[in-house]
Amino acid sequence: MLGWELPPHNSGGLGVACYHMSKALALKGAKIDFVVPYTAAHPGIDFMKIHSATVLSPLERYGLGAYDSSKVIEKPLSKADMNDLKDMRGVQKRYIKFVEQLVKRNKPDVIHAHDWLTMEAGIRAKELTNAPLVVHVHATEFDRSGSNSGNPLVHEIEYQGLIMADRIVAVSNITKNIIVEKYGIPADKVEVVHNAIDVSSFDDGYQYDYSTYKYLEALKNEGYTIVTTVTRFTIQKGLANFVRGAALACQKYDKLVFLLAGDGEQRDELIALASSLGISDKVFFTGFVRGKQWRDAYSVGDVFVMSSVSEPFGLTALEAAHHGNALVISKQSGVGEVLHSIFRYDFWDENMLADQLIGIATSQALKNSLQRDVMYEYDRISWHDVADKLMQIYNSTKQGVK
Amino acid sequence: MSKRGIVLYLHVHQPYRVRKYSVFDTSSRHDYYNESSFDTDRNNEKVFRKVADKSYRPMNVLLEKLLANHPEFKVSLSITGTFIEQAEAWAPDVIESFKRLVATGRVEIVAETYYHSLAFFYSRQEFERQVDAHRVKIRELFGVETNVFRNTELSYNDDLAKWADDYGFKGILAEGWDPILEWRSPNHVYRPVNTKNIRLLMKNYRLSDDIAFRFSNRDWSQWPLSADTFSDWANASIDQQQIIDLFMDYETFGEHQWQDTGIFNFFEAFVSKWLDNPDNTFYTVSGAIDAFEPVGEISMPYTVTWADTERDLTAWLGNSMQQETLRYIYALENDIMMTGDLELISDWRKLQTSDHVYYMCTKWFSDGDVHAYFSPYDSPYDAFLYVMNVIRDLRWRLHSYHHIGGLNG
Repeated sequence: MLGWELPPHNSGGLGVACYHMSKALALKGAKIDFVVPYTAAHPGIDFMKIHSATVLSPLERYGLGAYDSSKVIEKPLSKADMNDLKDMRGVQKRYIKFVEQLVKRNKPDVIHAHDWLTMEAGIRAKELTNAPLVVHVHATEFDRSGSNSGNPLVHEIEYQGLIMADRIVAVSNITKNIIVEKYGIPADKVEVVHNAIDVSSFDDGYQYDYSTYKYLEALKNEGYTIVTTVTRFTIQKGLANFVRGAALACQKYDKLVFLLAGDGEQRDELIALASSLGISDKVFFTGFVRGKQWRDAYSVGDVFVMSSVSEPFGLTALEAAHHGNALVISKQSGVGEVLHSIFRYDFWDENMLADQLIGIATSQALKNSLQRDVMYEYDRISWHDVADKLMQIYNSTKQGVK
Repeated sequence: MSKRGIVLYLHVHQPYRVRKYSVFDTSSRHDYYNESSFDTDRNNEKVFRKVADKSYRPMNVLLEKLLANHPEFKVSLSITGTFIEQAEAWAPDVIESFKRLVATGRVEIVAETYYHSLAFFYSRQEFERQVDAHRVKIRELFGVETNVFRNTELSYNDDLAKWADDYGFKGILAEGWDPILEWRSPNHVYRPVNTKNIRLLMKNYRLSDDIAFRFSNRDWSQWPLSADTFSDWANASIDQQQIIDLFMDYETFGEHQWQDTGIFNFFEAFVSKWLDNPDNTFYTVSGAIDAFEPVGEISMPYTVTWADTERDLTAWLGNSMQQETLRYIYALENDIMMTGDLELISDWRKLQTSDHVYYMCTKWFSDGDVHAYFSPYDSPYDAFLYVMNVIRDLRWRLHSYHHIGGLNG
């Protein structure tokens, strides 16, 4: 399996998904060699073998900006310097060389590559071993850039990866549609396998600490409804629409406040936007949160909004539901496909968002129903089901059906 | 007939900067002005000790020397309450040296708001309370009464002049801005429109800014500025006129212009050079008003300040973050005052200091003139978030007094 990160060295949902997926696959009997582009310890991962393709630390690897493709210089691999580990393309070239050596020694039955970061390595491994290639798409460049633009080199790599793949796994129908419509891939080559949430990973003795967000708790006692989002502040996340929707909601119903947990390039713009809309005191910026402050951000909330312009899946919504939030999810977020007891809206429809927020805030019955019912839904989605589907896909490729 | 003279007025101020005060501190800790790290310019004690060494101590030594050597040398000072409190805590010797200056009888203290606030534009009642508090503090500390008023950032309009006249001040200070003066010179005493007794002194910004802003600028065609040259300019400017109002930050000497620029030596030489001419002298602000009759009437319907090329309040009130901050702060006034809690009232008033919204200024993003603005924060947005959290915490503390209605988002 070719990945870019694993917990605890992950910066986002990709690492979490890879971890749970691999663990569930191992339980089904899969023997996994997992390649990461850095060197670090992974405590608790004993169900597969982790290979380090470079000597970089996880932090140095993160500095390459894997999730900000605008930082990736347009450089074909032939021009990349494998010894330049400060350059994203150099690291990818080294990663590919490592994978070449690995698959020569140890021929895989199937190659499973995650996102554009590892697609070139996947293609190369397939060329060398003739093993089938499964490309797993967690996000495309169209999602990351929040538009039709984006980095042309990354688009090209994604296109080649999708063409060369024997089977493609998309994390949602939204992602599948992008693969089919934007990259012209036949729909029957793409299988949708939604991510799951591992509820047991939250059973770690966590207790909500009321003093972390003491001021917000005081507001709750005053009858305020806390609307949260926990995310990176990038264009992809649709937060400007969210803040404008928040302002519209406040015009009609005053007892709302908004907790924006996270950080990112759009932060200053959002702060200025909130103040120009006259709701600065209703919008709370925490900065980057992790650990207790991160968990407690979910816990203090009543309603969780996922406002993404384009979200292939959106694991954080399931985490928020687990911590007792009612969910309001943009129709452009894949996680909404697997849940029913939620509100959905088009990311640009600020009036609709405001309506839904006021509706939840002013009806205890509605709020309680949403919070309770969604818990039964995400609980039914398990990584074992994901592993079963992946095993079927692996087997189908081995038989050469597609 | 009175001699022509320089009216030197220096403004002494330090704010209580807000520390990195996060959402997680809100309603848990109330120590907004107490940055624990000593490595940052948000640490008020660190900044104060630094500026005391670089500016307050050496400049007061120089002023004492000039007063001793030149019987005609005079100077006027406005000293904010937030400066005095910090000096009392961290540099009591600086307070003592100011007392010695005032005791000569040739150093006048100018009135202003205790907290260096923009209260005049938001709450007349709070504004007057701060003016009164400053007068009391000056009386206690120096044993003198203040007679001439300056508002924060030299902000001035006709309403302010009317207020100061009714209050009983004999003089008020303002920028000598060309669009107001038109063909007239700032080198005279004026009478503000619609007032009875008060007089207006207007800053000669060209000569003032030669010292305050341009002195150490190596790109300036006149660099390096000598005392002889500046004295020639001053003598030319005042020809057939009465006064030159040199108004600037006290911290010009040693902090804005470091000692190694030669600012102290320059100033000492200039005073001597100026007084070499028997026609020349120095006046305090009151002395100038007593010595000369007003030559005309000045009207400033719109607020004029001494800041930036615009000479307006946009550095403090130009963007929505700044406007919202002050709106929230002054909305708390009645609830805060009702508590009678001196600590809470003081914390609220320290937040009114104009520096806080100044740090939120974004207008240089269009000017490209970043270096004109000093801030101890990473960005104007960070400054805004910390102050917003302080406002929330003030609401939280109010809530415990009034039990209802204090919190508000």
